[in-house]
Amino acid sequence: MADRDAHLTELMREAIRGDAEAYRRALEGLTPVLRAAVARGFARYGLGLEDVEDVVQETLLAVHLKRQTWDERQPVLPWARAIAQNKLIDSLRRRGRRVHVPLDDISGAMAAQEPPITTDGLDAARILSGLKGRQRDVVLAISIEGASARQVASRLGMTEGAVRVVLHRALKSLATAFRNGQHEDG
Amino acid sequence: MKTDDLIRALAQDAATREPAVGARLLGAVVVGAAAAGVIYALTLGPRPDLASAAQTWRFPFKVAVSLMLFACAFGASLQLARPNRCFRETVVTLALAPVLLALGVAYELATAPAADWYARAVGTNARLCLVAIPALSFASLIAALFALRAGAPRSPAAAGAVAGLLAGGLGAALYATHCPDDSPLFVAIWYSLAIALLVLAGAGAGRRLLKW
Repeated sequence: MADRDAHLTELMREAIRGDAEAYRRALEGLTPVLRAAVARGFARYGLGLEDVEDVVQETLLAVHLKRQTWDERQPVLPWARAIAQNKLIDSLRRRGRRVHVPLDDISGAMAAQEPPITTDGLDAARILSGLKGRQRDVVLAISIEGASARQVASRLGMTEGAVRVVLHRALKSLATAFRNGQHEDG
Repeated sequence: MKTDDLIRALAQDAATREPAVGARLLGAVVVGAAAAGVIYALTLGPRPDLASAAQTWRFPFKVAVSLMLFACAFGASLQLARPNRCFRETVVTLALAPVLLALGVAYELATAPAADWYARAVGTNARLCLVAIPALSFASLIAALFALRAGAPRSPAAAGAVAGLLAGGLGAALYATHCPDDSPLFVAIWYSLAIALLVLAGAGAGRRLLKW
C-alpha cells in the first residue's frame, strides 16, 4: 500500500512537470484504486456494479482537470480517493439516493479486493457521442485509435497546438456532461 | 469508451494545465480591491480626521481585525479548494479574527462606562455600514468565486461562504477608513451583519458556481 502510494505519487509529480508517459502510468496505477473505492460505495448502497466504470471515468476526468488542487508535497492517493468520493456521492445523488456516508469512511478505509471491470463505461460512450465536430474527431482519434496529437493534426489539417486546445476543451465538455448527469437521461 | 482509451486521451493533454488556485485567487483579490478602491474614491473617501484617529487604539484595531479576517479567509479558501480538505479543518483559522474582535469588545466593556455602551454600539453610521461594506466587497466576491472555480471543494456552499468572508474582510477594511464609529461594539454588531450578508450570498452562489 505505502509502496504503491509512494510510486504513484512520484509518477504524478513527474506528470505535473509535463511528462506524458509518467502521467499515463500514474493514471493507470490510480484506476484500480479508484475502482475499488467506487465499488465499495456502490455495494454499501446496494447498487449493482454495472455503473462503477462510469464513475471511475468521471473521477479520472476530474483528477485530470483538477490536478492543480493536489498538493505535491502530499501523497497522491488520499487526494485521488477524495475525488472518487465526491464523484461517487454526486452519482448517488443523481440516482436519487439519500447520501449519509461520512466522507472519510470510504476514502480512509483499506482497499478491498479490486472488482472486475464490469463494463467499458456504457454511459461514457453515450456522452462521447454527444461531443460535436472537431472535439469528437480529436477525442475519438486519440482515445480509441490511439493516435498522437501530431498524427491527428496532420490528418485533420490542423496545427498540433490547435489539436491540443480542442482536446482540452473536449475533455472539459465531457466532464460537464457527466456532471449534468446526461447519461442518466439516455 | 474503455477506461484505457480515456487515460490515453488524458495523457495526451498532460501539457495543458490550469493555473494554480492560489494565483487565480490572488488575481481576483487585486481585481476586487481595485474595483472597491474606485467605488470608495468616488463615493466615500477617507474620514477627515484619519491622522488623529490613527493615534487611538480603536481605529487601527478595527482595520486590523478586518484585514485579519480577509487573510485568514484567503488561507481557508485555498484549503477548501482541495477535495481532501473539509470545512472543519479551517474553523480554527477562521475563528482568529472573531476571537480578536471578542477580546476588543471585552476590553471596551471593561474600560468604557456602561452609560456609553449603547451609544457606541449603535454609532452614527450603522445604515451606511450595512450598505457600504457589501457594495465595496461585491466585486471581490464575484472575482473570488470565479477564481475558485479552478478548485475542487468538497462543499461548494462552504467554499462560497468563505469566499464571502474573504470579500467582506477586504471591503470592511476599506470601509473602516471612512467610518467614524470606531468602537469594537459597533464593529462586532454592524460589520458582522454586513459580512454575514456576503457569506450568505457567497454560499448561495457557491452552491451553483463551485460544483465540479
